[in-house]
Amino acid sequence: MTQTVTQKIMALNGAEAIAEAMRQINPDVVASYPITPQTIIVERFSEFVADGLVDTEFVAAESEHSALSASIGAAAAGGRSMTATSSQGFALMWEMLYIAAGMRLPIVMAVANRALSGPINIHCDHSDSMGGRDSGWIQLYSENVQEAYDNTIQAIKIGEHQNVRLPVMVCMDGFTTSHAVERIDVLDDNAVKKFVGEYHIDHPLLDVDQAVTYGPLALPEYYFEIKMQQIEAMTNAKPVIEQVSKAYGSISGRSYGLVEPYNMEKAELAIVILGSTAGTAKSLLDDLNDPRLGLLKIRTFRPFPTEEIAANLRKCKAVAVLDRAASFGSIGGPVFSEVRAALYDEPKRPQIVNYIYGLGGRDTTTDMLKTVYDDLDTVAKTGKPDPVQRFLGLRDD
Amino acid sequence: MIKKMKLRDIAGSTEHLTCGHRLCTGCAEPVIVRQVLHAAENPVVVANATGCLEVATTIYPYTAWKVPWIHSAFENTAATISGVESAYRALKRKGKIDKKINFIAFAGDGGTYDIGLQSLSGALERGHAFLYVCLDNEAYMNTGIQRSSSTPRGSWTTTTPVGEKIVGKPEYKKDITEIIAAHGIPYVAQTAPSHWMDLMTKVKKALKVEGPTFINVSSPCPRGWRSEPEESMRLSRLAVETCYWPLYEVENGVWKINLKPKKKPIEEYLAPQKRFAHLLKPQNKHIVEDLQRRVDERWETLQWKAEVSQQRSQQKQQQQTSANPTSQ
Amino acid sequence: MTVERKKWRDLPIGGVIITGGNAQVYLTGNWRTKKPVIDMKRCTNCMICWVYCPEGVILVKDGKITGIDLEHCKGCGICAVECPTKVIEMVKESKDE
Repeated sequence: MTQTVTQKIMALNGAEAIAEAMRQINPDVVASYPITPQTIIVERFSEFVADGLVDTEFVAAESEHSALSASIGAAAAGGRSMTATSSQGFALMWEMLYIAAGMRLPIVMAVANRALSGPINIHCDHSDSMGGRDSGWIQLYSENVQEAYDNTIQAIKIGEHQNVRLPVMVCMDGFTTSHAVERIDVLDDNAVKKFVGEYHIDHPLLDVDQAVTYGPLALPEYYFEIKMQQIEAMTNAKPVIEQVSKAYGSISGRSYGLVEPYNMEKAELAIVILGSTAGTAKSLLDDLNDPRLGLLKIRTFRPFPTEEIAANLRKCKAVAVLDRAASFGSIGGPVFSEVRAALYDEPKRPQIVNYIYGLGGRDTTTDMLKTVYDDLDTVAKTGKPDPVQRFLGLRDD
Repeated sequence: MIKKMKLRDIAGSTEHLTCGHRLCTGCAEPVIVRQVLHAAENPVVVANATGCLEVATTIYPYTAWKVPWIHSAFENTAATISGVESAYRALKRKGKIDKKINFIAFAGDGGTYDIGLQSLSGALERGHAFLYVCLDNEAYMNTGIQRSSSTPRGSWTTTTPVGEKIVGKPEYKKDITEIIAAHGIPYVAQTAPSHWMDLMTKVKKALKVEGPTFINVSSPCPRGWRSEPEESMRLSRLAVETCYWPLYEVENGVWKINLKPKKKPIEEYLAPQKRFAHLLKPQNKHIVEDLQRRVDERWETLQWKAEVSQQRSQQKQQQQTSANPTSQ
Repeated sequence: MTVERKKWRDLPIGGVIITGGNAQVYLTGNWRTKKPVIDMKRCTNCMICWVYCPEGVILVKDGKITGIDLEHCKGCGICAVECPTKVIEMVKESKDE
C-alpha cells in the first residue's frame, strides 16, 4: 500500500470520529435526535454546522421517528442524508427502517449500540440493531474507533452503489467505542470527498419535471416483486462491500472484508463475535499465542457472509458464537442461529455453542473469554455441545 | 395582495391530480386537492400521510399524481416533507437547483389531530417552508369510520356506537386550528371546499410565505358521514353557515374572520348526516343543545380574538408610525 | 381491464411509479348508476361544476365546457346539485348504452 494519501493522526472517541467522517462526507441533510450514547455525534456535527464547516441542513427533529422520516424525505428528494441513533431511538425508528429500505434510499445511519428497555439501561449491547436485522439495511459492525470512522465513509459508497441502493447502518459499541478516545488515522478531506463522490438517485422528487410517486400502495399483485428486488440488492451488496473495502484500502491502507479471521489458519477452537469484544479476544489470543485458538470477527452482519463464515470455520473442532443480544425463546442469539445455519451444508461440522454475553453493558474480560476457549476444549474432546446456550459473565449458582 | 381569481381563467388547465383515482363517489378530498393544486403557482412537491387520499390515488402501478409525491407513513408527513424541504434548501445553496418549488403536505384528521400531531408540531417549530393541508373528515375513514379526536361530540362512528348507555362520541372535537395557531407560525387558516374562492386564496397566501403554514379544510365524507354523495358541497357550505366550521385565518398573530354568515341552527347541518341521526330523537335533544352552545361559544371567542388582535395590531402600527413618521 | 404485470427485474426499484398521472388508464366510469347530462344551450360556462368535480372530468376548452369524461365520471351528482342555473340533470344509466 504505497499509494495511500496523507493522513492526520487524531485522538477521538468513536462518536467524534463518526462526526468527523460526516463532516468530510458533507451530506446535504443530517436529521437526528439526541440519545445516549449517540448524542456526541449530533453535538459535534451541530458545531460543524454552526461554524460553517459543512453545507449540510441540520434538522434537529423532535423524535427519532421524525429524524428518520426527514432523512427519507431528504434522500428521496435527491439529497445525501445521514442520521444517528441508539437503543430506544432505534426502536422508535423501527417502522421507518423498513420504509427507507423499501424505497431503496441509501441513507447512512450511525448506531451507538445500547441495550433496549426495560429495564432502562444506557450501556452497550446489540439488542437495538439486532432488532433491525431484517429491516433491509446493510449492517456494518465496528470493532474500534478507527473502524467506526472507516466504516462510515465506506457506508456511503456501499449504499449508493447502483447495484445496491440500500440504507446502511454503521454500528459501534455504545460507550466502549462511542466514548473511548483512541488514536486514529484520519484521511484528508479531499480524499474523502473524492472517494464518496456525488449523490445520485434516478428519480429525485425535486426533479419537478418528472412526476415520480414514492411510497404507493402495492397490493398482492406487486408487493412480492418489490421485495424480491430488495433481496437481490442485498445479494449484490456482498461483492460491492468487498470492492469498496479494496478501494478504501488503496487510499487509506486499511481494508476490511465481510469477516476478519484472526489467528484462524490452524485454529481448532474458534470464537465468532462482532463489535468491540473482538478486540478483547484479539488481545487474549496475542497473550496466549496458541495456534489452536482463533477468532472470526463478523464485520458485515447484513448481508450475512454465509460462505465466508463456513470457509473459516469448517476445519474447526468447536466454535463458540457470542451474542450480545438475546433472542428470547430461540435456540440461541441471532448471530448464533445464523452461523449455525451457515455450517449446515458442511460435510463435517464443528461442534457449536452459543454464549449470551455483555447484556446491558456487562463487562466482558479476557479472563472470561479464556473460559470460553477452555469450555470449547471440553466440547471438542467430548463431542457434546450441551448446553447449547450459555451465559457469560452472569451471576449464577 | 392576492389577485381575485376567475374560474374561467383556471378551468381546463392541467389537472395535477388526475381522474382514475379510486376515492369514493362524492368524496370531498379530491375536490380540495384539485383546488389546492390549481391555486399553486410554482411547481410543487407533495407529501401525503397514510389515509384515504394516499391509498386511493396511488394503487401500484398507477398514480393519479402529476406532481412529485411521497408517502412514507401515517404519523410523519410533516417530518417527511421537512426532509424534502431541507434537501431543497441544501441543493439550492449548492447551486444544484434553481427553481422555486413549493412543498405541500396532505393528511387527514387522524394523521393531523392524533398520530401526526407530534411530527407536525416539530416541523412547524423548526420553521420549514411548507403548507400543511389537513383534510378533516372527522374520523378514521380509511380503516372504516373509527372516532378520532376530531370527531364531534354525539357523532356515531364504529368505535363510538349509539348504545343504550353511551350515545355516540361523548367528547368534544379537538380544536386543532387553534393549537396550530398557538405555534405562532406565520399563517394558519380554516376553510371549506364549498367556498372555493376562500380556499384557493388562502392556499395562494400560504404558498407565498417563507415558513410553515397550515390550512384546515372540512372534508365531507359520504361514506363516514352517512350522507348522499351529491350533498358533499352542500354539507361543506352548511358547516360554514351554521358557524360549526368558521372560515377564518390567523396571519402573523392577527385573527380574521373571512365570512360572517347569518348563523343557521346546528340542526340544519346535522340533519342530512345519518351519523347524527340519533341526535334528532327527543331523548337526545340535550346533546344537540350542547353542540349548539359549543358552536355559539366558540364563534363568540373567535370574534373576540379577531377584534382584540386586530385592535392590537392597529395600535402597534400607529405606535410605529408615530415613532417613525418618515418611514411611511 | 387486463394489465400485463411486469416481472420483478423489469419494475423500477423502490416501488416508485415514474409515469405520473397514469391512473387515467383506470376507468371509474362503470361505478356510475346515474350520469350527468348538461343542457349545453342553457349552460353559462360559470365553471362551478368544474371546480366542485371530485374527478376533474368536466371537460373545458378555451373557457367553454365541452362535455364530461364519462369514462371516469363516477356519477356523484355534485355538479347537478351545485349548478347555479340548474342545467345538469342526473339520468339513470340504461343497460343498452
